Amino acid sequence: MNLSFSHKPLLGSAFALGLLGVAQVPVALAEDDHKHHSGRSSMGTHAGTGNAAHAMDHHGMTHDDGTATAQSRTPIAPITAADRRAAFPHVSGHTLHDSAIRRFFLFEKLEYQDADDGSALNWDAQGWIGGDVDRLVLRSQGERSNGLTEQAEIHAMWGHALNNNWDLVGGVRHDFKPESAQTWAALGAQGTFYNIDIEATGYYGENGQTSARFEATYDLLLTNRLILQPTTEINVYGRNDESRGVGAGLSEIEAGLRLRYEFVRQFAPYIGVNWSRSYDGTANMLREEGEAVEEWRFVAGIRLWF
Amino acid sequence: MQDKILRRTFVKSLAAGGLLAQLGLWHAPLQATGRRHRPAILTGNEFDLLLAQTSVDFAGASHRAMTINGTLPGPTLRWREGDTVTLRVRNRLDAPGSIHWHGILLPANMDGVPGMSFDGIAPGGLYEYHFKVRQHGTYWYHSHSALQEQSGVYGALVIEPSTAEPWHCDRDYVVMLTDWTDENPERVLSKLKKQSDYYNYQQRTVFDFIHDVSEHGWLSTLSERMGWARMTMNPTDISDVSGYTYTYLLNGRAPDDNWTALFQPGEKIRLRFINGSSMTYFDLRIPGLKLTVVAADGQPVEPVEVDELRIAVAETFDVIVEPQAEAYTLFAQSMDRTGHARGTLAVREGLSAAVPEMDPRPVLTMNDVGMHHSDMADSGHGGMDHGSMGGQMQQHPASESHNPLVDMQTLYPQPKLDDPGIGLRDNGRRVLRYADLRSRFADPDGREPGRTLELHLTGNMERFAWSFDGIKFSAAQPLRLKYGERLRITLVNDTMMAHPIHLHGMWSDLEDEHGNFLVRKHTIDMPPGTKRSYRVTADALGRWAYHCHMLYHMEMGMFREVIVDE
Repeated sequence: MNLSFSHKPLLGSAFALGLLGVAQVPVALAEDDHKHHSGRSSMGTHAGTGNAAHAMDHHGMTHDDGTATAQSRTPIAPITAADRRAAFPHVSGHTLHDSAIRRFFLFEKLEYQDADDGSALNWDAQGWIGGDVDRLVLRSQGERSNGLTEQAEIHAMWGHALNNNWDLVGGVRHDFKPESAQTWAALGAQGTFYNIDIEATGYYGENGQTSARFEATYDLLLTNRLILQPTTEINVYGRNDESRGVGAGLSEIEAGLRLRYEFVRQFAPYIGVNWSRSYDGTANMLREEGEAVEEWRFVAGIRLWF
Repeated sequence: MQDKILRRTFVKSLAAGGLLAQLGLWHAPLQATGRRHRPAILTGNEFDLLLAQTSVDFAGASHRAMTINGTLPGPTLRWREGDTVTLRVRNRLDAPGSIHWHGILLPANMDGVPGMSFDGIAPGGLYEYHFKVRQHGTYWYHSHSALQEQSGVYGALVIEPSTAEPWHCDRDYVVMLTDWTDENPERVLSKLKKQSDYYNYQQRTVFDFIHDVSEHGWLSTLSERMGWARMTMNPTDISDVSGYTYTYLLNGRAPDDNWTALFQPGEKIRLRFINGSSMTYFDLRIPGLKLTVVAADGQPVEPVEVDELRIAVAETFDVIVEPQAEAYTLFAQSMDRTGHARGTLAVREGLSAAVPEMDPRPVLTMNDVGMHHSDMADSGHGGMDHGSMGGQMQQHPASESHNPLVDMQTLYPQPKLDDPGIGLRDNGRRVLRYADLRSRFADPDGREPGRTLELHLTGNMERFAWSFDGIKFSAAQPLRLKYGERLRITLVNDTMMAHPIHLHGMWSDLEDEHGNFLVRKHTIDMPPGTKRSYRVTADALGRWAYHCHMLYHMEMGMFREVIVDE
C-alpha cells in the first residue's frame, strides 16, 4: 500500500513541547485579529504579505508573521477521556460503491441488410460484467438470411485491464453456425488507439484450425447526435475448411459506414453501407461455386445499449 | 418586503410550535413543488430534522426527492457561536441516512459519516447530535449516505458570531446553488460507468475541426487533435454531469421560477453563497454590481472586490453588495456552460433584470492539464519553487505506474492560485482567484509543518473510476496523523477534471506558492494541472473522512479515511 509519505513523520521535540506547554501559549485567535481591520481594503493592501519569502525555499522560510512558532498559537487541548470516547465509537465500516459489480451490453449493430441474394438480419453485440479492472467480456455476432441462421457465435472471455486503454482478453468462442458447431480458445486485446476502438483476437479451434480477427470502429461526430461510424473487420485462417467455406490466408475484409442519430445515447437508429470482399482460398472456393467474392449491402438498423 | 414578512411569520410559527410543529411535519411531509416550497429558517439550540421522501417539480413533472423537513433545500439552521446545539435527526427514508455538518469543528462521533463517526441513521431511526459550536460563518449540511445529497438532502447553516463582525449589513440572504436531476442518481452513476461522456453534448465535431483548420491551419489543428487522441481524452470534458439532465437551482428554485430577494436602494446586503451541488461548479455574478467577498468557507477574509467568482462544489463565499437600481440578476452559469441558476435582487416582488447569455463553452488546452511546461503569466513570482514545481517534471507515486485506474499523469503542475480558471480568463471581468483570498487572521498555528504528505488525485475517465494515488477507497489504508501535529498536505491533480477536496474535522490552511499562509478553508479546489499545498493541524481526535466533494467521484473511490490518533 502506497500512502506516498514524502517524509517520515517528524515528530520532534518542538511538537512534544507544544503539547506540554499548551496552557502557557498566548492565544492569537481570529477574533482578536478582526479588531485591527475594519472596512474594506483594496487589492493593493494584500500585496504586502509574504513578499519577504520570495527568494526562499520552502523549508526554513519565514512566514507572514515573521517567524515560525514552536508551539501552535491556537492551543491544542489536552485529550480527555470524553474526547477518546467520542473519537472512536464502535461502528461498522464505511462503505462506498467503488467496487460494485456493474454491467453493460451494447448492440453495436442490429440491422437489416439488403443482400444480393435476399435480405439478412445481422448483429454484432458486446458487453461486460464486472469491475474496473477485471471483467467478464461477452461478444456475439451473427447473421440470419432468408429465415436461416448462416452464422452465429458467442465469446465469453475474462478481460483484464493492462492499462487505462487496453484490456487483455482470453476465453472461449463458440460458433453455432456455419455447419456444425465448433469451439475455439480465444486470446487477444481490446482497447483504444487514437480514439479508434480496436479488438484483435487470435483463435485456436478444437479441430486444430487457427484464426485471427481484427475489428476497428471510429465515431466521427457530425454533430453531438449525428455520428458517422466507419468500421472494419478482417478475418484470417490458418488452413482450408471447405465445409465452412474458408480458405487458408486472408479470408475476408469487411468495411462499413453507418450514420446514426442518437435520440438518446442508448438508442440510435442508423443507415449505412457495408462492403465485403473475400480473398485467397476463400475467394477461390466462392468462385468455384460461382458466387461473388465482393458484395455491397445497404444496411438499416439500431444501435442500442443498456 | 412581503417576502420577508412571510418568512418571518413562518419562522415564528415554527419556533412557537416547537417540537409539535416538527412532529406535524413528521406526520405529513409537505407536498413541495418548485413554486410553493420555501425552506424555513430555524433558530435556537434545539432542532428537529426529518429525512423523508417528498415530491418536487422542477422540470415540468413530479418526481421524488429526499428532503429535510419537507423542503428542498432543507431548513436554514441559524446557530450561535458558543452555544451547544442539539439536533435530533429522524429518518423516514427507506434507506439508512445521515447528516454531516460541512466544515464544522466537532467531536468525531458528531460528524455524521456512516461507518466512521456513527452507524448512520436506520430507516425509522433517530440520531441526536449534540456539540458545542466553536466557529461562526456560512456553512452547510448534507447527507453523507450513498447519493442522497443529489436527491435533495442538504441545507444551509449560518452561525452568528459571538462578537460583532467588522461590517454592517442591512439584509442577509442565503443563496444556495444546487443541481437537480429528475433521474435517479443511481441511474446517473450507472450511465457514467457505462459511457462516461454520456452527459457531454458539447464534444467537438467535424465542423469544429474545419473551423479550427481555417483559424489555426492544418498543422496546428491536426497536432492538437492528435495530442488529445493519443491520450484518449476529450478537451470538452469539463463536467461529468451537465445541463442535459440537471436543472440548476437557486434556493430550490429553477431559473424560470426566479427566486427573489428584496432590498431598499442604498442598503448593504450580505449574500451567503453556498454551492451545495453534487457535481457542478458555478461561475457567479450579478451584472451591474461589484461583489465584495468578505468570507470564504465561513472564515473571514480581507475584503476583495470582484465582478465574478467561481464557486467549487461545497465551497461557500460571503459577499456584500450595495444595489442602487430596481432589479439585478443573480446569474450562476455552470462551469461547462450547459445551464445556469438564476435569481433576482429587487426592490419588490415580480421584478426582473436581463439574464445574460451564457459564455462560450470552454475547451481545455494541454496547458490546462499541466502537460506543457509553460510560463504562465502568473509564474513570475521570482522563479522560486515550491518543491519540484516549475522546470522539473512532476514525480508520481509508484502506485500510479502500470495502473489501469490512472489514465493521466500531469507533467508540470503549477499552483495556479492567480489563475481565474478555465473559461474565465480574459473575459473582461475581475474574477476572484485563490490568490485574492487572505484570511483576516495570521496563521492560527504558526508552526512549520513537521512533514509533507503528498497525494495525487487520479482517475480513469473512460471507466469513471476515481482514486487517490491510483488506489480507490476500498483498497486503501487510512492516512494516519498524530494528535497535535502540524503537517502539510500537497495535492497534485493527475486528472483533467477539477476536484474540490474536503477534509472533515480540521481546517485546511491553504499556502501560497511560497509556503506562506494564505487562507483558511474547509474545501480546496484543485483544477486540472494544479499542485497546491495546505497545512493541517491535527487537533481533532478520531476517524475523519477526506474526499473529493464531487459526489460521484467520492462514491467511486476518491476518498480516504484519516485517523488522528494519540
